Amino acid sequence: MSEAAAGPVQVRATVLTSRRVDAYHALTLVAPAISARFRPGQFVTIAVGGSQSSMLGRRAFAVHDVRPDHGGTVEFVFEASGPGTQWLAALRARDVLDATGPLGRPFPVPKNPSRCLLVGDGYGSAPLFGLAARLRDRGSSVDFLLGGRSADRVFGALTARRSGRSATVTTADGSLGARGQVTGMLEQVIREARTEVVYACAPVSVLRDVTAMAGRYTIPVQAMVDVPMACGIGVCMGCALPVTGTDGITRIVRSCVDGPVFRADLVRWDDIGTIPFDALGAPGWKPRAEGHLNAGAGHAG
Amino acid sequence: MPADLRTRLGQTELPNPVLAASGCAGAGRELAQFIDVARVGAIISKSIMTEPRTGNPAPRLAETPSGLLNSVGLQGPGIDAFLQRDLPWLLSRGARAVVSIAGQTVREYGALAARLSDAAGVSAVEINLSCPNAEDAGRLFALDPQPAGTVVAAVRGSLRYDIPVFAKLSPDVTDIVAVAGACVAAGADGLSLINVLLGMAIDTARLRPALAGTYGGLSGPAVRPVAVRCIWQVREAFPDVPIIGTGGVRTGRDALELLLAGASMVGVGTAIVNDPSACPRVVRELEEELAAIGADRVADIVSQAHGGHGRVARGLARGA
Repeated sequence: MSEAAAGPVQVRATVLTSRRVDAYHALTLVAPAISARFRPGQFVTIAVGGSQSSMLGRRAFAVHDVRPDHGGTVEFVFEASGPGTQWLAALRARDVLDATGPLGRPFPVPKNPSRCLLVGDGYGSAPLFGLAARLRDRGSSVDFLLGGRSADRVFGALTARRSGRSATVTTADGSLGARGQVTGMLEQVIREARTEVVYACAPVSVLRDVTAMAGRYTIPVQAMVDVPMACGIGVCMGCALPVTGTDGITRIVRSCVDGPVFRADLVRWDDIGTIPFDALGAPGWKPRAEGHLNAGAGHAG
Repeated sequence: MPADLRTRLGQTELPNPVLAASGCAGAGRELAQFIDVARVGAIISKSIMTEPRTGNPAPRLAETPSGLLNSVGLQGPGIDAFLQRDLPWLLSRGARAVVSIAGQTVREYGALAARLSDAAGVSAVEINLSCPNAEDAGRLFALDPQPAGTVVAAVRGSLRYDIPVFAKLSPDVTDIVAVAGACVAAGADGLSLINVLLGMAIDTARLRPALAGTYGGLSGPAVRPVAVRCIWQVREAFPDVPIIGTGGVRTGRDALELLLAGASMVGVGTAIVNDPSACPRVVRELEEELAAIGADRVADIVSQAHGGHGRVARGLARGA
């Protein structure tokens, strides 16, 4: 496929299959245009509840898998936790959806073969398997560290065991693998696997800890954030996240278009849900005397 | 034959009266991935301020029945970046640009208008009056006739004469006609009705307000009856002042409703969040609605629900 990534499309997608996977649901859509453009790390949004739905926010889902059958399919995994996702879970084959994608920036992959550790929590593991295939295609090795509240909430443990060089599982209740969170096993896995790059998709609190721990080993982390979104295309400004640019300036960025994958050391994890005082445009913030927006790192720190 | 949708906005002829409402279309670039922005009547930019602005902390959005509550806080790049980057891009795509401006002081509004006077390709300026007045303890300009009129006068006085000024009013007032009157008296060429309604939601799982900003602006189909009422009242009072009707438009029929109430153009806002193709879809549906009632020109149905101008109204009434 061309690296000149074509933009996202909005399509009427037909449900191919809807199935339960332990505590979660997996929905597979026939959406050739999305499937053809997809790269691991990207997501789709779905309008829920029909054309006159009272639920106006689109629901965003990281893509689990794309396949070439039926012209191109897209699968995502979710938990039916609210009225929108419950509506989705009740869909059946041949139902038609308004789907948009692929959206967001994909996972960057190392130029040279590297030892990669993929860390997932709950259904956050879903987007990691497409990434793993891409990494292996490029000669990298893949270790998995997957966690969840209980055995039925660790997504893809079996696939990880089959396909990973190693697979470590943790559950909060100890029903599968080691008891505790993924962060409890992270340093041990990093040492044993001699990890060079970490990819993580988990709640913000876990991503923050993964970033800090990997940082102690000077291992770069690419983090996929799970921030609520309403439009998924950058117009509603709902998914704001404080992120420092490579120019040293912190900006409030949109997770949907500037992410959802970020270089984790640039995300200001402790400041999520706040406006850091030094962010560009924060109250009291003043532009440099020269007044140029692109004047460089004048406001770092 | 499809109805003639062409609509005049000051010096600019719009291909249709359906506009992307401010704050839901960025500066058009994001939507251009899905639609031809030149086919939208005009793109009303997200409100532009003098300096870059972070906006409010997250969470900024909450979904409510047929509505969205937002407290984004006017996050934006500032006028310099808008003029250097966003406006030229929009024009290069053949779109028509209406620039929404927001200020914390009367002077800031005036300064923004002066900057826009030097820019080519501004079809109109929309004044977002639902901003806290830093010189009046943060009370919104839109809440009282006097400050609203003062801002309009400052903008009208600083802006090139041939760019029309639309004042966007808040429905959160006891007498919207009084605020509209002050804006018209101060030189507004038109009015935009309505901005969001102040609302609030509580996250019952966290036992806290759903939005970090506590309150938010309610938009979406839930507010449409309020928009229709405001448009109707203002149209009755000022029959010759053009109105951009905005508030909960999701379909061509919704757009028709606002036109019948007295709007001559219709903004589509929150519906875009749900459907990035909403604007061209509403254009198409409006065309079908007009065909169904036998209207040749969209201009003919503006304000027709008021019934006073009997000839066309009688001719167009369904089943007449």
